[in-house]
Amino acid sequence: MNPTYGAIAVALVAVATIAVGAFGLRISRTTSDFYVASRSVGPMLNASAIGGEYLSAASYLGAAGLILAFGADMLWYPVGWTAGYLVLLVLVAAPLRRSGAYTIPDFAEMRLESTNARQAATILVVLIGWLYLLPQFQGAGLTLRTVTGAPLWVGEVGVALVVLVNVLSGGMRSITFVQAFQYWLKLTALLIPVAFLLLAWRGDGAPAPSGDWILPLDGANDHELYRTYSLILATFLGTMGLPHVLVRFYTNPDGRAARRTTLLVLCMLGMFYILPAIYGVLGRVYASDLIDQGRTDAVVLELPARILGGVGGDLLGALLAAGAFAAFMSTSSGLAVSVAGVLSQYVLGHSGFGRRMRGIAGFRAATVVAVAVPLLLALAAQRLPVANSVALAFAVAASTLCPLLVLGIWWPRLTDAGAIAGLVIGGIASCVSVMMTIADSDRAGWAEALVGQPAAWTVPLGFVVMIAVSLATPQRVAPGVIRTMVRLHTPEQLELDRGSWHPERT
Amino acid sequence: MTHEAAKRVRITGPRTTAGRPRRVVVIEEIDAQTAVGEVYLRSLMRSQLRLAVGVLSLLAVTLGGLPLLFATAPQTRQWELLGVPLPWLALGLLVYPALIGTGWWYVRQAERTEARFAELAGE
Repeated sequence: MNPTYGAIAVALVAVATIAVGAFGLRISRTTSDFYVASRSVGPMLNASAIGGEYLSAASYLGAAGLILAFGADMLWYPVGWTAGYLVLLVLVAAPLRRSGAYTIPDFAEMRLESTNARQAATILVVLIGWLYLLPQFQGAGLTLRTVTGAPLWVGEVGVALVVLVNVLSGGMRSITFVQAFQYWLKLTALLIPVAFLLLAWRGDGAPAPSGDWILPLDGANDHELYRTYSLILATFLGTMGLPHVLVRFYTNPDGRAARRTTLLVLCMLGMFYILPAIYGVLGRVYASDLIDQGRTDAVVLELPARILGGVGGDLLGALLAAGAFAAFMSTSSGLAVSVAGVLSQYVLGHSGFGRRMRGIAGFRAATVVAVAVPLLLALAAQRLPVANSVALAFAVAASTLCPLLVLGIWWPRLTDAGAIAGLVIGGIASCVSVMMTIADSDRAGWAEALVGQPAAWTVPLGFVVMIAVSLATPQRVAPGVIRTMVRLHTPEQLELDRGSWHPERT
Repeated sequence: MTHEAAKRVRITGPRTTAGRPRRVVVIEEIDAQTAVGEVYLRSLMRSQLRLAVGVLSLLAVTLGGLPLLFATAPQTRQWELLGVPLPWLALGLLVYPALIGTGWWYVRQAERTEARFAELAGE
């Protein structure tokens, strides 16, 4: 691949991201602007932004890489990442918007009337955010190395810096514009090359990949059925617990709009996720040597040069690299905003920094922390395939914040003690599995399957603990729970008493 | 006739909502958190939850049944339609319009439930 084109494409995306971000700068003035863009964002813009924020390095590069390596079983990654939105739509979209909370910790405090529950949710949001940021930075390093030959740390530090500048200068409003722009950039960047690649493939006589690779459950991995169902649980239920996904729902004017926006997001994801499978199959035909090199995540970037070659291949490769960078920056920015928002609301606001650190200054200090920690982890940790690594963040979200949201919204008897117990036990079980997988993957048989894909046992564990402890502590049911249920479930046009809770007064 | 009507207005005039007593009642019952109000609220929650559980069950049986189908009847993994193997066609393409269609149907039903509740409350 020609490094000049790639470098120019990546630089252009970085500059455009900052420029589009700066465009929204004048509008963000108050803390509320930073978090929720004043709730004045239209559904199409908001849905594009959700899509842009959600489609990360794992979707853009990782899914195709895993499909190249392992075949049909890996189709569950993109399917799960889309179906997760349907689950989110039917279980939490409208009630969550009606809750009026900015963040999941806000929701925990509002629903359970407990600052301890808020604290437990805060820790998990930050952990999940960092777990999710780590592969984004690593993917950026890998992309820049594939495109220009630069060492891995250059891309990792570079993306972290652009994200930092972007979030510090504009907050959520600018992020909304940036994210919407990034969705369409990512879709275009995958769509245009795929047309040329498929034409060239047909010209080649449309060679099909050979062997058992094409079959699901082909025996290439131990306990494939368990792994498949565990992955399904993690992705279907984990989506709703991702911190950067939820914060977007507060930008809808009401619960009904939140539902309609989610439906639009489903359409956008459906369009996008048809593409990684095509790259994966073409990769199996033209680039199967990447498997032995352990560089399957680079398949999307390398295909144009391998199939088309020449200036055309270089230009399409540069376009793909631009899209990949858009993926890292949009997801990382969204995560950084969410993690920073939660950190500044709780940790900085309540620590020795005191009240002076609240508001915008606190948010900015928190952004630096939110980006620095996963960057250091990315520089130090071992490299899993990007999509695997992201799936681990989904497993933690599905085992902790998913039960909190689902039970909190639909089960009035959930108590603060139950929620905290579930968050702690589900969190420890899933996080320990994730840490063991990230630290080393030197296990075999059931131990490897249970630790490598923990959701199938940690999600039920989280739910069971929350329900059992809540039933054992009926005296701790929040006194205002009925009022809260009115707030969560009744349409806004009815003039009902929904309580006086407001996130900016906590 | 007009004479009688004027007389009535003078007596009941201040109670502007007297013609629509049900709206006041349901909203006030819910606001006052009476047993009746809670019945209305719970029936709304139950309808919405039933709808959600219905969609999730559909998802579990159709999409969630696929790995089990491939495991218990391995020959289905090799079925082809238009030259594309069934697993790839189902999971690579058809699943997306199916998810979108289900989502669209859910949004319609959920909005209907809310509209019925709003009507009941007199809005």
